[in-house]
Amino acid sequence: MQCDNIINTLAPCLVQSGWNGDLANFISIFLGVVLVATFPLLVTIGLIWFERKFAARIQDRMGPNRVGPFGLLQPFADVIKLLGKENITPAGADKVIYNIAPPLMVMSVLLIWAVIPLTPIHVGMDLEIGALYFVSVASFGTLAVIFASWSSNNKYALLGAFRVVAQLISYEIPLAFALLVPVLLAGSMSLVDITNAQAGMWFVFMAPLSALLFFVSSQAETGRGPFDLLEAESELVAGFNIEYSGMKFALFFAGEFMHVFTNGVLMAVLFTGGYIGIGGIENSIPLLGLVFLLLKAFVWYLLALLVRNALPRVRIDQLMNFNWKFLVPVSIVNLVMMAFLFKVVQELGLAPAPGLENDFVANIPQTLVLFAGNVVLGLLILSVVRQNFRRERLEESAKSAIVPVGAGD
Amino acid sequence: MEILNQWAFIGIFFVLAPILPAVPIILAGVISPKKPNAIKQSTYECGVETVGDTWVQFKMQYYLYGLIFLIFDVEMVFLFPWALAYKQLDFAAFLAGLLFIFLLSDALVYAWRKKVLEWV
Repeated sequence: MQCDNIINTLAPCLVQSGWNGDLANFISIFLGVVLVATFPLLVTIGLIWFERKFAARIQDRMGPNRVGPFGLLQPFADVIKLLGKENITPAGADKVIYNIAPPLMVMSVLLIWAVIPLTPIHVGMDLEIGALYFVSVASFGTLAVIFASWSSNNKYALLGAFRVVAQLISYEIPLAFALLVPVLLAGSMSLVDITNAQAGMWFVFMAPLSALLFFVSSQAETGRGPFDLLEAESELVAGFNIEYSGMKFALFFAGEFMHVFTNGVLMAVLFTGGYIGIGGIENSIPLLGLVFLLLKAFVWYLLALLVRNALPRVRIDQLMNFNWKFLVPVSIVNLVMMAFLFKVVQELGLAPAPGLENDFVANIPQTLVLFAGNVVLGLLILSVVRQNFRRERLEESAKSAIVPVGAGD
Repeated sequence: MEILNQWAFIGIFFVLAPILPAVPIILAGVISPKKPNAIKQSTYECGVETVGDTWVQFKMQYYLYGLIFLIFDVEMVFLFPWALAYKQLDFAAFLAGLLFIFLLSDALVYAWRKKVLEWV
């Protein structure tokens, strides 16, 4: 046995040098977990700097620029400062739950990384139910929020939590409906299989509407962008994390920063081919796969930052209406349409022949049909929305007491 | 043992995932000063004393949204296997899925007509 590829053959190598088999297995799995779990945490440190700089440039400020070159060492300075801050627990708080909440928030995001395929040969665990696993662990975040607010014995926190829970559970529905489309196209819930199914054609071209739905609802799931009602400063002071300070508060924020990037990674895996690069180069040099994945994730992440910084906050009734009266119906119709078109494509023989699934040219006919379907549905939705708003405007102007000049003729 | 080895990764991950973020909290607890006093630990309320019980009653609206969410979340669990096997199934599978989605979309239409989705 060759012991050159240490990551994949650690356990056999240890056994070879005289270790107990079970112990060797445990050690190799444990080291794998540590590797996969610390990677997003380390990425987050860089993201904090990047996000602050990006937001600052949009708002015509300089951003962090004192500590180190371009302020690059700012996150480290912040961590050192936060370590020296006192842990204040409010008098009426339920101490155990109060302290569980911040790690739970980070945990909900970290757990997603267990099933994300990083390179063609490196994945935390290729779970057959990866997509379902993502939906279930992501709802730990909701739990963390309700833990934090309920235990901190503060009315602002509780009022914030009511909103947050309503928002998070509501936007989980279009998220999962959009997630069903890649599962349907790939015929598998494993994220590795979904990635490999995109070797010929990225799903974002077959299902652009699903990608958009997933992007918007994941933006709401992070409590970012126009949906940042959970920390509406003008109404709720700070929202659910009002009683937290120092390191515990920082963990809520680290969790949020990590969640935004994790959503970018998920968008990359589900819709833009994950680690798949140009011409299958990632199969000969696996680590390049990680570079491709992070690059794609970074593009989605930039888009999320742009949306977050450019759009004003919505009201709570607008937020709920947008979800239940727009996103949920649209995602249901989108799923039905994709299922129908996919079956039609299969029946007409436009789907790539067996063995040719990874060929770009063989994928073009079905992609064209699915893309055209998405465009038609998109235009249909836009026209329905436009008519709806026109009717509302007319009703409102008919109701208003002020008669426009010339309207009485 | 084989199945244990397969799931060991997720198992260890679930144990380690809360421990990793807990480390900085514990570290901060060790090295930071501890000088608690009554005012520092009082509930934050813009400088005035809190009035009444914190755990107030909440709006009925949230409960209704929770109920609708439950319907759709359960529906989703049933739709995942359908989407999973969809590639291998014939056209009847589409009709079956359509019927299922239609029946459950009824709930949304009903709630909409009953003005449950109006924020009051």
